Amino acid sequence: MNNQNQDYKNIPGWGMDIDPDNEPTYPIKNYTGDDHNRSNYEKSAQQPITVELLKSTERPQPSVVFGTSAPPSGLSGAIRRYAFKHSEDRYRHWIPLILADRVNAWEGIIDDFKKGTIPNIIKERGWKSELRHNPVGMIGKAALALTVGTLVIKHFCKRK
Amino acid sequence: MLAMNYRGPYRVRTVERPMPEILHPEDAIVRVTRTCICGSDLHLYHGMVPDTRIGSTFGHEFTGIIEEVGPLVTNVKVGDQVLVPFNIACGKCNFCKQGLYGNCHESNTMATAVGGIFGYSHTAGGFDGGQAEYVRVPYANVGPTVIPPDMDPDDAVLLTDVVPTGYQAAEMGGIKEGDTVVVFGAGPIGIMAARCAWFFGPSRVIIIDHVDYRLEFAKNYAKCEAYNFKSMADPVVFLKKITDWYGADVCIDCVGCEAEGNTLQTFTGKVTLMQAGTATALQWAINSVKKGGIVSVVGVYGPPFNYVPIGNILNKGITLRANQASVKRLLPRLIDHVQSGRLNPKGLITHRVPLEEISEAYRIFSSKLDECIKTVLIPSTKP
Repeated sequence: MNNQNQDYKNIPGWGMDIDPDNEPTYPIKNYTGDDHNRSNYEKSAQQPITVELLKSTERPQPSVVFGTSAPPSGLSGAIRRYAFKHSEDRYRHWIPLILADRVNAWEGIIDDFKKGTIPNIIKERGWKSELRHNPVGMIGKAALALTVGTLVIKHFCKRK
Repeated sequence: MLAMNYRGPYRVRTVERPMPEILHPEDAIVRVTRTCICGSDLHLYHGMVPDTRIGSTFGHEFTGIIEEVGPLVTNVKVGDQVLVPFNIACGKCNFCKQGLYGNCHESNTMATAVGGIFGYSHTAGGFDGGQAEYVRVPYANVGPTVIPPDMDPDDAVLLTDVVPTGYQAAEMGGIKEGDTVVVFGAGPIGIMAARCAWFFGPSRVIIIDHVDYRLEFAKNYAKCEAYNFKSMADPVVFLKKITDWYGADVCIDCVGCEAEGNTLQTFTGKVTLMQAGTATALQWAINSVKKGGIVSVVGVYGPPFNYVPIGNILNKGITLRANQASVKRLLPRLIDHVQSGRLNPKGLITHRVPLEEISEAYRIFSSKLDECIKTVLIPSTKP
């Protein structure tokens, strides 16, 4: 059902107080009125889609260009595919994406082992710099982690 | 080629990757000469941005030399030394045509709320970034800008994000002559916002943070007042008090989603992820600005939602202004400021690190070690 008033320009007083300078985004936006053309603007040719591309449900077509890095794969990819069935307005879009990121980190470690690489987590986390510039803090963090770890292990050993 | 490779929260390394290719007739391939770690890269590094995939290469601040161009690229040529704005913009959509280059509608398939950004997760388009020896640059007729021959390359790389974002933060504040401006966050963007605020004629610029060495740096670099919020019982009351119990005319949030200083915000935003990071700085900005004042936001927040006192925005009649910086729009003005000596972007750089040592560089910046303000990564392919 279309309730749009097609005769709005004949409403008494329509447009009388238009002030072109009253643009809250000035000077960031150079208002041209092109917004009223909606999605009808000249576009470049579409980048060929050569990888699996997850598209927001809030747009009808992919953008002209897109990144091709790290297409979805594995369990994290399945979670991402689920997330992209829902709009950007929904938690069921964003929460699964955060979950997928965490799963993906574990997939990365497994993938490293599959390729015969043992991930050097100490190096990847830059702990050498932490130790060099913040030795007291680093030792404190290590002691805290050790204490918490010991307490957790003790707790589970007791339960058994 | 060598490239940064994300492996999960707090884990990055460099790996050999295939060279990027021209995938669209308006693409260019750029050999990176300088690239920075941005404060907003830390949100990715900390695992705060949804859809940050393992194997991605970060980096949205870089300069380089054009190595190859697609058949429709006419504005730059092979061999040109260019700075590349962090926004990927088509130049043709209604948003680009109106100068909103940070809101391009044809550079991000994965989300409509943000335009494409180099190396900033799949939520920002899934493009590989510039923390690599080579990078694919889409829409090469629009973004890449030839570096003036007399410009220091360290100044040029900071014109890709830090300077325009800091400048736009101040610009969006609508600062009037004699105003009092409060900037939250003394990272590189906050320091630059404080420095750029002076271009608009305020009588006071105040910066708030909790890291003493950064406050000291800000005070010297941006010629502003600097206060540590850890020394205050209540930062909002402190700011009211030093503005004659009136509030600042303009508050600028340059912190974003990893702010410290409020236990409830930290618990809900960082520990339990019940909101898209902590919105402490934005909360303080809203509550510290005067009635009818302006709050300008350039701090990065995640997409879902944050707890902010929206009722106070209504009741105080606050104007909230925010956007990703429109780098291309601002470049002519900012290049003039730099070339005339009014702005000294390279003065922010405290660390220069080979690309190979990227994991150490991220740790130093993330943990605020060695009095780090701004880190530049130098790939070995630099001439």
